[in-house]
Amino acid sequence: MAGVGSACLAIALLTALYAVAASIRGARTGRREWVTSGRRAMYCMAGLCVGAFVILEAAFLRSDFSYRLVAEGSSTDTPTFYKVTAVWATQDGSLLLWATLLSLFATAVLFLTRRSLRDIAPWATAVLGVVAAFFLCLMLGWENPFDTLAVAPQEGAGLNPLLRHPAMMIHPPMLYTGYVGFSIPFAFAIGALITRHTGADWIRATRRFALIAWTFLGAGIMLGALWSYTELGWGGYWAWDPVENASLMPWLVGTAFLHSIMVQEKRGMLKVWNASLICATFVLALLGTFLVRSGILDSIHAFGASTIGVQMLVFIACVIALSAGLIVARLPDLRSEAKLDSLLSREAFFLLNNLVLVGLCLVIMWGTFFPLISEALTGTEASVGPPWFDRLTTPLAIVLVLLTGIGPVLAWRRVTPRSMLRILRAPVTATGFAVVALLAFTDAAKSLPSLLMFSFVAFVLVVVAQEFWRGTRARRVMTGESWPRALARLTGRNRRRYGGFLAHAGIAVLFLGVAASSAFIQQRDVRLSPGDTVKVGDYKVTYERATAKLGGDSGGTGAPISLGAVMRVQRGGESYILRPSRNYYSTTDPSKGVISRFFDGEATSEVDVRWGLRRDFWLAVRPDLVSLEKPIARADRRFADSPGQVQAVVIQALTELYRQDPPPAAFRAIVSPLVTWIWIGGAIAVLGALVAAWPSPEARLRRVRSLYAARLGRELSRA
Amino acid sequence: MEYALALLVLAALVAVVVARPLMRRGDEERLESGRIQELSAAKEAKYREIRDAELDHQMGKLSREDWRSVDRDLRGEAIVILRELDRLEGRQPDGVEGPA
Repeated sequence: MAGVGSACLAIALLTALYAVAASIRGARTGRREWVTSGRRAMYCMAGLCVGAFVILEAAFLRSDFSYRLVAEGSSTDTPTFYKVTAVWATQDGSLLLWATLLSLFATAVLFLTRRSLRDIAPWATAVLGVVAAFFLCLMLGWENPFDTLAVAPQEGAGLNPLLRHPAMMIHPPMLYTGYVGFSIPFAFAIGALITRHTGADWIRATRRFALIAWTFLGAGIMLGALWSYTELGWGGYWAWDPVENASLMPWLVGTAFLHSIMVQEKRGMLKVWNASLICATFVLALLGTFLVRSGILDSIHAFGASTIGVQMLVFIACVIALSAGLIVARLPDLRSEAKLDSLLSREAFFLLNNLVLVGLCLVIMWGTFFPLISEALTGTEASVGPPWFDRLTTPLAIVLVLLTGIGPVLAWRRVTPRSMLRILRAPVTATGFAVVALLAFTDAAKSLPSLLMFSFVAFVLVVVAQEFWRGTRARRVMTGESWPRALARLTGRNRRRYGGFLAHAGIAVLFLGVAASSAFIQQRDVRLSPGDTVKVGDYKVTYERATAKLGGDSGGTGAPISLGAVMRVQRGGESYILRPSRNYYSTTDPSKGVISRFFDGEATSEVDVRWGLRRDFWLAVRPDLVSLEKPIARADRRFADSPGQVQAVVIQALTELYRQDPPPAAFRAIVSPLVTWIWIGGAIAVLGALVAAWPSPEARLRRVRSLYAARLGRELSRA
Repeated sequence: MEYALALLVLAALVAVVVARPLMRRGDEERLESGRIQELSAAKEAKYREIRDAELDHQMGKLSREDWRSVDRDLRGEAIVILRELDRLEGRQPDGVEGPA
């Protein structure tokens, strides 16, 4: 079936190129049939990409090692769950996923706009076709997922153990969905610029796609952080790693875009800014894809050196040059239709929030690319570490949270200082009480940035609660509905507005977790023997005994050997058991002995966490295998030619030896306050975004014809 | 062989699907101006703006005077859009279809 897969990709490439040519011909000549044909070509391309993806997945599921990719990234003992994910754990497979998702998104948006945006859509089709063709070219020219081996090996290399984590199953598809999703508004923005239809129609048609992309990218980032927290064994969730940063940058600029398009929709302002933001977001999404693949920056998440870095860089340069050229050429068409009425208005604060978000992105970009910049200027590669990022991003994040609270309380166009003070009275008073409580009952005063962040988070939450309360009360006055019904109807009929408020609350809660867990984390690295006890903050941790398992590790990752510890944790009257472990995966390195290859391959930490709303207790173990080195070496020599069953018995005996007489093991124990609120906040933000993305009843209103004023009144009263 | 056969079959399938609109010349339809869509988008945005302003007023964010002023401006702008829409669609202000 590899030949069919390759054929799918080849025809998909030709189809994408045809879609570009047909759409441009249709747009230039005004002949609708060419536009329709081009759109159909994009549907076909989606079908072909999906077909290719299914063929590759099937090859992984049946462990067909005649496929180079399957031999390199899977094995017969890889659990089925992870065989599915192994497709996108490889460079070639992830490119296929990118192209498949892009083709599906393109199909969805082109189907939805088939009867509207008739000038813009053909050009958008052409742009999407070019992007898809580029990724298909990469696969067919350099990274073909359907390459086959002349002689299929008996066993594959297996999936990288670090990727054997449930969050990793959906983290990459979510990130790619986010990256790809932003290509939709980008393509329509380019179409709008080409056709000079620079009003709000392209925004209305693609806003939901941008919001979905933002949601998926954000959720993907959160899952990556969760994976880092529970899998990488260092105890943190964010390390300012280049690849992490690469996913955060388009999310930040995409956030700015989602806010500023509201200003264009409502006021016809910020057209240049919006076109620039969506182009920047798409370029940053491509840059994120490039960073993971080029190998130019060291990252634990990167695929390593590859053959497609230069091609991606050239493509990114072309996208930047063409987008910038088009925006400059269309400046006269992008003039604002209105002026800023007042600095005390929602649009003014949206602009300010945009500047902070873009500023954050620029800081992160500078820090991420600093190794390359320093190498280019001085010849020596130097990098900035997490403290540099923390120092520069913390003040911006604090300002951002404050703006998250102020923006929603302001009206569009203008609000009088008196009205603003009246609206802010309750949130400011509540925030004052929160500050007093923080100073009186917590250690928040020890960290000024944290104190500020906690205060502003309280401010945002009160503002959001007040918005819901005031809105519900206003609706009750108008309709006489009960409180729950009024709240549901208010949210349902203003989904974009109240979904946005929910998202704001979620982001504020997320920042609460970040601030608390960063400033007040307690960590200890110790070596313990069975029976030893250590104190970590208020916790007493006792190493009760060692554990050893052959197969069947607790995480279900398929690790052959799992060595760990049973730890009793006590705090106050509370006492419980944690079982951290370390998984050992065999290596196919021929220089290793038949027994040592089970101990000298990749190893991963399987941390154990006691989750809590107030704090997490996080524990990881790194067993010391020094005492096993001599017995393993002897076993390598003695059982080199023994059957597998005998070798399995030997390995079991060795692990039993470790379990009965373990040397001191290294432990890392972390008390992380409020860290769970990061995940809760992220989930609330995603929920809010989904509410905002859901189509509102207003979109389904039927037209009413009457005299203008009466017509206006009637049409408006339907909301 | 498998590759070549797959290429031929898939190419033929795609050709049938994409060529179909080109065969139906009788259904040829000229691209319409995007002006109507643009105005419809502007109308919806303006309606939402008017509703938002009303909600802001009811929630106490806008004083009565500010709201009346903003609302008057917005309704004026909406009427301009509606007039333009009706003109393009060949419709009378009272909803009666105008001459072609």
